[in-house]
Amino acid sequence: MRSLGIFCLVFMLLGLALPLMGEASFEIKDFPHDAGTALNLEWKGASGSTVTIQKADSMQVFHELHQSTDAEGSFTDTELSPDETYRYRMIAVSEADSVSQVLEAQPVEQWFYLDKLSFLLMLIVISAAILLYIYAAKRGKDLFVRRINGLDSMDEAIGRATEKGKPILYVPGISDLDDIQTIASMTILSHLAHKAAEYDTDLIVPCRFSMVLSAAREVVRESYLKAGRLDAYKESNVFYLTDDQFGYVAGIDGIMVREQPAANFFMGSFYAESLILAETGFSTGAIQTAGTAQAHQLPFFVVSCDYTLIGEELFAASAYLSKDPQQLGSLKGHDFGKLLIILLILCGIVTESLGWSWFKDFFGKVF
Amino acid sequence: MSISPQTERRIIYLVLFLAVLLPLLFPIGWRTESSPHVRMAHKLVEQSPAGSVAIVSFDYDPASMTELQPMAVAMIDHAWSKGHKVIATALWPQGPQLADQAFRALSEKYPEKQYGVDYVNLGYKVGGMVTIQAMGRSLVEVYPTDTGGTALNQIPMLAKVNTLRDIAYISSLSSGDPGIKQWVMAAHDMYNVPVTGGTTAISAPGFIPYINSQNQLIGLLGGLKAAAEYEGLIGMENGSATAKMDSQSVAHLLILIFIAIGNYKVWRNKRIKRTQDLKEEI
Amino acid sequence: MKRNIPLIIVFLAGLVVFASEFIPHRPFSQINETLERWFMIISGFAMFLGQVSLLRVNGAKIKNKVKDWPYYLAGMISFALMLIFGLLWGMEKTDGILGDGASIQAWLGLKPFDYLFENVYQHLSATMFALLAFYIASAAYRAFIIRSFESNLLMITAVIVILGRSSFGTMLTGWIPNNLPLLHLPNLTDFIMEFPNSAAQRAIMISAALGIVGSSLRIILGIERSYLGGDK
Repeated sequence: MRSLGIFCLVFMLLGLALPLMGEASFEIKDFPHDAGTALNLEWKGASGSTVTIQKADSMQVFHELHQSTDAEGSFTDTELSPDETYRYRMIAVSEADSVSQVLEAQPVEQWFYLDKLSFLLMLIVISAAILLYIYAAKRGKDLFVRRINGLDSMDEAIGRATEKGKPILYVPGISDLDDIQTIASMTILSHLAHKAAEYDTDLIVPCRFSMVLSAAREVVRESYLKAGRLDAYKESNVFYLTDDQFGYVAGIDGIMVREQPAANFFMGSFYAESLILAETGFSTGAIQTAGTAQAHQLPFFVVSCDYTLIGEELFAASAYLSKDPQQLGSLKGHDFGKLLIILLILCGIVTESLGWSWFKDFFGKVF
Repeated sequence: MSISPQTERRIIYLVLFLAVLLPLLFPIGWRTESSPHVRMAHKLVEQSPAGSVAIVSFDYDPASMTELQPMAVAMIDHAWSKGHKVIATALWPQGPQLADQAFRALSEKYPEKQYGVDYVNLGYKVGGMVTIQAMGRSLVEVYPTDTGGTALNQIPMLAKVNTLRDIAYISSLSSGDPGIKQWVMAAHDMYNVPVTGGTTAISAPGFIPYINSQNQLIGLLGGLKAAAEYEGLIGMENGSATAKMDSQSVAHLLILIFIAIGNYKVWRNKRIKRTQDLKEEI
Repeated sequence: MKRNIPLIIVFLAGLVVFASEFIPHRPFSQINETLERWFMIISGFAMFLGQVSLLRVNGAKIKNKVKDWPYYLAGMISFALMLIFGLLWGMEKTDGILGDGASIQAWLGLKPFDYLFENVYQHLSATMFALLAFYIASAAYRAFIIRSFESNLLMITAVIVILGRSSFGTMLTGWIPNNLPLLHLPNLTDFIMEFPNSAAQRAIMISAALGIVGSSLRIILGIERSYLGGDK
């Protein structure tokens, strides 16, 4: 009995001591919600050991990938291919023992970035709101849209230029065509060019990038054609200046001082040169309208221009100018989006104040 | 005596020109305290271990070099003093030349630093965000050679640098687009590489929202004052930003005086008009 | 049909990019990468188009001897000089057609292209940017007037930030004890820039982002067609 008891005690002690001797376990899991480019390598039970993770190359030679002294941990191997199988070896070395384990795994491509679920839901809700309002407008519902003075003044500006016999200057921003502000600028240019064609006023459009030049030429030409004044269209009035930011600004300043346009329009993406353009235009006595979504340039335009389109007004401009009920309906969708964001911010404040982090985490995973 | 608006403008420009010129010729020596955002950027470089490989991206052109070039020189000076290796890249066409100028400016202080071992200039690539995302997948795919035509696999300091994930931190000195925003969105948000940077004073407020709890941007040098603060933090004597701060301070004071004069003028004109209206009524 | 083809292309491209944002599986992740590469290639080629436009427009003005035509000629000569020097002797570490121009470098100190870049172009560019200082002064003189509550608020904030961003801020309020941090002008400036200013900028960014969603949706669905040069 006594020897049996001693035997059991020794066995128990051995059982307890085994983890202390570094008997680690190794597991490979596919990294969730990705394009099959990563694997999670996890180890456990390696207290008192130095854990080394190795990866085999194409010649099946193992190279060190990661080393740790943590008893439990994980390492994410990235830049993998979903078409290949990878071999990993974990070696856990303690003073008393050494454990080695080799495993193979292949990353799997998923069909959805679950981490972006919150982003998708918000996008669907806002897009659905916009589409619903467009549908409502199509069915004849009268939707109130507030006046945007900068856009209402466009007629006044063109009229003034016609009276004075001076041209209109239109600057489509300093970004390339991949910037949505430039595309919004092209849509406004279309409306302005149509009016300029009707009033028979010269329209000067200096461009910074070649792709913008091509788009601007096409837009202006089509607008003149639609107004039935293709004969008045001058290709040389829509031209390329330079790619250099301040060279472009210097060129536009020169145009403003030489040609003395009666109306200047600065629509699109602008940076440090915004005040140089606006002040030079102010000094020539032109009526100026600016619009940009660059929040830190807005103060300069507000100070020096007669009218300024702030942020979303630039993107709403085309819908507003077209007076098309469907497009105007979409502007109501923007307002719904703002209301939604205000509610989410308030919910966020409340949940964080109460110590519930799930709300913030749900949205935080996207970033 | 009334002055036309054009003459008024010219007087303002002349006085401002003198206010900026004179302190440059006769330095005053005013000191600048460091601000939290500059200290954050400094800490990122300070705490990176020796041997770290960093990217300094020259995303500006000569128009902004007055504010940004001192930042570049100060940051590279700091990085080299900590034993870091510096890769210069550029998302703007004139960036590579400005990078070479920065390295040349420090060559006297650090004569032991060798090209290819301690620093390298990879040059300019068009594409902005697209380029940075491609660098996250493979650096050699975007930059097969450096500006001198040397293949990347023959540059000693890049032996263990394959993608952006092998970079300790990125400093984007930018005056517009593409620049800091693209580095934050691609390098930090996609590949978790710490990003810091510097920009012109005008653009700085636009990047402050990125200095947040998610550490999208770790500190920011905004303008000449921030460059002077950074020079002070690294103990750089006779830094170019510090020398220019006197001019900036005098110019700021002058603008306040102009604002006061402008308000006085409006008040005086209102008074004259009120007096005239009263006289007409009588 | 001529009008419908671009609309179909825009719709499909929009759908594909939208899907690739949420679907990591091939081919969606690869399509995005391919589109990115196409954009890089087109950007490179597009530069050439711009130079052709520049030469044509300026050439016509010089040929017709319009008013101030010597300035257009000066612009073209500058363009040609930089191009020729860059082609013949290269720049920095890159050789040109005639090698690395060692003899010219010994005389000028730099290659001709680099010499013009550092001693002419850089200073011209910095000068243009420096104009901002003058324009800010004239704009401040004109705009920061006590007129209404909002303009008063604007002026007070401007005064605090202008002082806080200069060495004066530290000198004027450095004597105030550190346990009243917001009375220090630099700290108050940082507070204004970090909180009210950031809040306003974020609000504008959010509304601009919503504007982008609306505008993009209209373009993708073909409701908005004025970027093509005319409505439906």
